[in-house]
Amino acid sequence: MKNLPFQSRTLALLVVLLPLLALFVYVALRSGPLAPIPVTVVTVEERSLAPGLFGIGTVEARYTFKIGPTFAGRVKRLDVHVGDQVKAGQMLGEMDPVDLDERIRAQEAAYKRAGAQLSEARERQTYSQTQAWRYEQLLAARSTSEEIVTTKKHELQVAESGLSAAEEELTRVRAEREALVAQRNNLHLIAPVDGLVTVRNADPGTTVVAGQAVVELVDPMSLWVNVRFDQIHTRGLTANLPARIVLRSQAGELRTGRVLRVEPLADAVTEETLAKVVFDQLPEQRPPIGELAEVTVTLPTLPAAPVIPNAAIQHIDGRLGVWQVINGDLNFTPVSLGIADLEGYAQVRDGLKVGDQVVVYSANALNARRRVHVVDHIPGVKR
Amino acid sequence: MHSWGKFVFTGVGLGLLIGVTLSMAGIYRGMVDDAKVLLDNSGADLWVVQKDTLGPYAESSSINDDAWRGIRGMPGVARVANITYLTMQVRQGERDVRTMVTGVTAGEPGTPGWPPYLVAGRQITRGHYEAVADIATGFKLGDRLQIRRNHYTVVGLTRRMVSSGGDPMVFVPLKDAQETQFLKDNDAIRQQRRRTAENPAFNRPEVPGLLDAVIASQSTNPYVNAVLVQIEAGHTPEAVAESIRRWKRLTVYTRSQMEEILVGKLIATSARQIAMFLVILSIVSAAIVAFIIYTLTLGKIREIAVLKLIGTKNRTIVGLIMQQAIALGLIGFVVGKITATLVMAPIFPKYVLLEPLDSVIGFVAVVVICALSSIIAIRAALKVDPAEAIGG
Repeated sequence: MKNLPFQSRTLALLVVLLPLLALFVYVALRSGPLAPIPVTVVTVEERSLAPGLFGIGTVEARYTFKIGPTFAGRVKRLDVHVGDQVKAGQMLGEMDPVDLDERIRAQEAAYKRAGAQLSEARERQTYSQTQAWRYEQLLAARSTSEEIVTTKKHELQVAESGLSAAEEELTRVRAEREALVAQRNNLHLIAPVDGLVTVRNADPGTTVVAGQAVVELVDPMSLWVNVRFDQIHTRGLTANLPARIVLRSQAGELRTGRVLRVEPLADAVTEETLAKVVFDQLPEQRPPIGELAEVTVTLPTLPAAPVIPNAAIQHIDGRLGVWQVINGDLNFTPVSLGIADLEGYAQVRDGLKVGDQVVVYSANALNARRRVHVVDHIPGVKR
Repeated sequence: MHSWGKFVFTGVGLGLLIGVTLSMAGIYRGMVDDAKVLLDNSGADLWVVQKDTLGPYAESSSINDDAWRGIRGMPGVARVANITYLTMQVRQGERDVRTMVTGVTAGEPGTPGWPPYLVAGRQITRGHYEAVADIATGFKLGDRLQIRRNHYTVVGLTRRMVSSGGDPMVFVPLKDAQETQFLKDNDAIRQQRRRTAENPAFNRPEVPGLLDAVIASQSTNPYVNAVLVQIEAGHTPEAVAESIRRWKRLTVYTRSQMEEILVGKLIATSARQIAMFLVILSIVSAAIVAFIIYTLTLGKIREIAVLKLIGTKNRTIVGLIMQQAIALGLIGFVVGKITATLVMAPIFPKYVLLEPLDSVIGFVAVVVICALSSIIAIRAALKVDPAEAIGG
């Protein structure tokens, strides 16, 4: 019994120290760089992919009409405001004619004067004709001299020239008057089509230069989306492919459309390809022009092929490949990949077959020397 | 062995102190590791940055986003990718998280700059408005993040993708990231437009469209922070770097130079702080061990006198005290290692990397410190007059 207190003390000491030591060994081996890396694996499946292309664009009007004067001048009146619907041929406004009306009146007076001059010339010609005929009769009766007849004939010719000059003068004056009237009408700002006023650049009293737009119209039925796709992701983009459009103001509402055309000119600076996507049916509430839209173009579904998630794809020493767990060891298998879809799957052309298991997620970077430990999901990931 | 309980508890107390010391070393290793994983994760062999800057991590750097085309054509270059880094708050619902938003070039997984591995979800497939976030941000798959005025969907999660400052990374497509770096709030944009419009040089009525063109050119950001380069097999990084430096007149860093910048410059001050702490903690530990051993020895001074009286050799007494000190150190080290690994490392906000080699060095240091600290106690024990055993 005398030994017991000593023994129990030793025992207690062991009870404290041994678990501590065991814990220490566990800690040294199972944490830090020596610990195995948890990984999850996935089986290569045969599946058909429906690849897509994703781009963003802005809503634009296909037809924009910029209406303004062809001469520099001052805006006299402008009857329409932004948001007004206008009809084809409707007068939207007018430029200040300055002295044009007075010049038209002057031309009208000149026209009347030319008319009067014409009738005077006509009278003169009639009279000259009569005279010439009379003297010819007299010459036939030998009662006048030949010289006088020649004079009368000459007078007739002069009168005829005078008449045609007066006629042409009348035409000229009329044409000039018409030119002024045309110029006067040209000062009217007329809507060429049915449309919607989107911009009103100047108010009455503003002077504008020739060609400057005073009002801009768009055809609201011709809205399309000018979409930009990163060039790296535009393989297969052609006209008539179906598209899904999400407007920024109506997130969550999918609208259908189709690719109208792929622009032959790409943006060389931003490395983007441009395409125009039209709505199948225009939204009842028209999106404002310039609104951002996300467009997903659906490409034709591909035949079934082995696919892997893109999270499994690694790039090691210049080669694309995947990690496989073979008999508990990591093995890097180079693969060549085909087309990928937007949901994160990629076709495997070469390197893997259906049923192979590949590492998809890992808690750390892998290399061939690391030990791994296959788990359901990586610890710490919230579901 | 009378006071073994006291002894073990003292050991545990010392262990907590050693645990803090080991964690300190772990924090330093963690900082170095943060810097290294940042370089590893970028997957680059060379970093091409603005001339004469230490970018993109240690200093800001900006180069034109089409500079990569020229670099791609240099001999020995296998793959290039633009990249942007911007440390900012990312909002998700009510909260916001400090992150480093990284803009990665569109392409396929394996493109330089992309997260090399994921723990959930998938890599970015769309060219806009998708994000892969580090798990340390606390974001979940499917979360909607707000960066500036745009919303991003979290499609993938990754782990240990941090900036050199330890901020978790959020990967977004490059074009979005460029916009993020540049995009001001709407108010600032409007004011900028107003300023431009008021400038008679830009707002000329006789040149319609000039103002629009000027504003459009002000609203783009054709810059990135760096170009990551992977080199072809058979070329040395130094040779490729030198030819880019020479012909493209840009600054190029190799992996070792980048590590030098990150470890030698970026975290140098923090590293010195931690080294100072390590020294202080070692001194404190040594003082505590010395004090405890001295107290324990003084408590047993009579027994030691008796030992001397019965003719025990000095060497044996020294051995006893030394053994006691080293046993204390061992208990302390074991407890310290366990607490550092299981308690301190997981709850610490920064990454704590406990390396086995550090533990070995720590172990040796603990033994040496304990042995040295017992010297005072040994001196006291050796000076004891055997007569004290009788007198007292």
